[in-house]
Amino acid sequence: MDWLQPFLGKWIEGGKLNPEFYLSLVTMHGTIMVFFVLTAGLSGTFSNFLIPLQVGARDMASGFMNMLSYWFFFLSSIIMFASLFLETGPAAAGWTIYPPLSALPQAISGSGMGMTMWLVSMVFFIVSQLLGGVNYVTTVINLRTRGLSMSKLPLTIWAFFLTAILGILSFPVLLSAALLLVFDRSFGTSFFLSDIYIAGQALHNQGGSPVLFQHLFWFLGHPEVYIVIMPAMGMVSEILSTNSRKPIFGYRAMIGSLIGISLLSFVVWAHHMFVTGMNPFLGSVFMFLTLIIAVPSGVKVFNWLATLWRGNIRFTAAMLFSIGFVSLFISGGLTGIILGNATLDIQMHNTYFVVAHFHLVMGSSAFFGLFAGVYHWFPKMFGRMMDEKLGYIHFWLTFIGVYLVFMPMHYVGIAGFPRRYYSWTGFDAFSQFADLNKFISAAAILAFFAQFIFIFNFFYSIFRGRRATQNPWNSTTLEWTTPIVPGHGNWPGEIPAVYRWPYDYSKPGAETDFIPQNVPYSQTASSNMPYEREMED
Amino acid sequence: MAHSTTLESSSTPIYADAPRTGTWDGGNEPFKASYGKLMMWFFLLSDAFTFGAFLTAYGMIRHKHGVFVGTADKFFFSTAHWPIPEKVFNGFPGLHGMDLPLAFVALMTMILIFSSVTMVLAVEAGHRMDKADVQKWLLWTILFGAMFLSSQAWEWSHFIGGSEKGLLMADGSVMHGANLATNEYGPPLFADLFFFITGFHGTHVFSGVCLLVWCFIATTNGTFEKRGHYEMVEKIGLYWHFVDLVWVFVFTFFYLV
Repeated sequence: MDWLQPFLGKWIEGGKLNPEFYLSLVTMHGTIMVFFVLTAGLSGTFSNFLIPLQVGARDMASGFMNMLSYWFFFLSSIIMFASLFLETGPAAAGWTIYPPLSALPQAISGSGMGMTMWLVSMVFFIVSQLLGGVNYVTTVINLRTRGLSMSKLPLTIWAFFLTAILGILSFPVLLSAALLLVFDRSFGTSFFLSDIYIAGQALHNQGGSPVLFQHLFWFLGHPEVYIVIMPAMGMVSEILSTNSRKPIFGYRAMIGSLIGISLLSFVVWAHHMFVTGMNPFLGSVFMFLTLIIAVPSGVKVFNWLATLWRGNIRFTAAMLFSIGFVSLFISGGLTGIILGNATLDIQMHNTYFVVAHFHLVMGSSAFFGLFAGVYHWFPKMFGRMMDEKLGYIHFWLTFIGVYLVFMPMHYVGIAGFPRRYYSWTGFDAFSQFADLNKFISAAAILAFFAQFIFIFNFFYSIFRGRRATQNPWNSTTLEWTTPIVPGHGNWPGEIPAVYRWPYDYSKPGAETDFIPQNVPYSQTASSNMPYEREMED
Repeated sequence: MAHSTTLESSSTPIYADAPRTGTWDGGNEPFKASYGKLMMWFFLLSDAFTFGAFLTAYGMIRHKHGVFVGTADKFFFSTAHWPIPEKVFNGFPGLHGMDLPLAFVALMTMILIFSSVTMVLAVEAGHRMDKADVQKWLLWTILFGAMFLSSQAWEWSHFIGGSEKGLLMADGSVMHGANLATNEYGPPLFADLFFFITGFHGTHVFSGVCLLVWCFIATTNGTFEKRGHYEMVEKIGLYWHFVDLVWVFVFTFFYLV
């Protein structure tokens, strides 16, 4: 690995990664992926893009807020990215930045300027999220077109709406924790510090509690994983229904389960803290609440499967990624039941089992939702189609790659293999897993290179892709009634009114296998059910 | 069910070609509030969670600390137990040396509550499109806001300066007043939390005063009159009342319990 030295300098002297830089890389990987890619990439981009189009609005409620939110995000990204080039390295306390490691600038080199920049960047990020969030919520409440009641909203919009509410209620708590941490680091307070010796010196800090930080952090941290996954759930529901040519199974149950997940997400945070030294009674309460989440999650999974059941399935790239999403969500979700159990978690905590669990259930699966969304709405974004063949290759390589990476991790994790360790060569017991780890690395490299296919496909299709028709997927929702590439104000004339729910696919008696939301019942006499049935919601 | 459940309905259904028009059927504002006002409500909701987190942190940290056992007249300052607020905040500007527990903060709280009253009057004047009255009540609100901030500055400087007696330390020195690392009234975190939370609230009040000044200038320039409504006054009013409400909680936590 000598060839990396000109790029990484002292971080990889003699071709061997510096241990502290390894911690920095783990931290930056987690931070960038969770916040900057999966939060900003899913709810940030798709909410701004799809909400006005699917609710029939000219634009977001406040274009100004939208712009402000974007530039705060931009600033935050620049700061986070710039911290990679610090002499002392970027933040190194993990994406959860637990004190005291993060609170004491003298602890390791990554706790210095890198941590400060991490905190400053995250404060801007949170502001950006809040500005975006209030905009999404108000747009959905106030700007739905005529006839589009909440019970006729596409599930994408329901998901974005509830995600925004989660963000509005949980990000401010991270803001509080970050501000308190800034004071501990820079102004000598003791909120999260108590009785600390460092390099033989006693610090003056007294009476604070690092556990308090964990509570504050996970009050955001847990809803955060739903902020990541719910937009993907919404888009996948939409894509599965469209490409199965069937109504989504259990539309109301889907909304109900989203609401259930949103509510429960606020009362389960301490399942990340079973080994923190919490009162065991508290642990059992959080375990109980955590396991209840399996119910709405199960409702969703069975509804997705029932939507596919005997559908007239079109295997578009978006559909493949949606099915992949369901698969990964099941695989990762099942281990969630194991980890939610306090007694088992004490064994599994901070092992590769946890790494495998959350990478499957909210990392990879949210990525699959993101890919599905891009493949599906690309024609709306650029007026051209993405290449389906490349999409298939991208899907299969990624899907296989992801499973090859994370399945063996369950095994090494149960065997006690810890995560976030720089090196295991000091532990004889772990040498037996060296081959498996090499295999995991090879699979990860495969999955990594497969993403270049997507990047190529994306940029190639912007310029050279097949031109899209107005409604390439024969979809029912409003965004496909705009011109192929919607201009300013989305619809050139009047905004269409809505008469029906968004899932009238393959309706018995209908002339086509889909009836768009803006087609009144008076024009579909052959497929109308009894009046009361159609009008009940 | 008298109606047939087959696809052919027994009666001929009449489908109107107009979309439905209920409160939540789209095409209107279900809460009868503009997007700007809704955004303010949601912002306040999130801000409530920020303060909620701070006050929860206060509760957890205080719970971790010792409680003074004994009657109030025997109370003494020590890092071993959380101080009794009446003993800490007993000064009053111009009345040096007198023991007036919580008198000054009570006055501060009254000032802030009065500022909410004048804010309501400004909003009400806005509904009547009475520019002169809006100006008048905004000015009163700004005045009360500024008075609260100056009172807080005095309260802080008094707390930082400390008592004349001070606290005798283990090494024989006498410590006066409080800062972020140490304080004479008790555990360091008492001062940390006091400075942080009242400071964070004070920053909110300061932002509110700035917004009100801007609002006053815009009213004077006739911006809202031309717009045909004084909704901006109403939105800033919501923020102002929220900050006032938060003070009630901060006051309760730091001064009463």
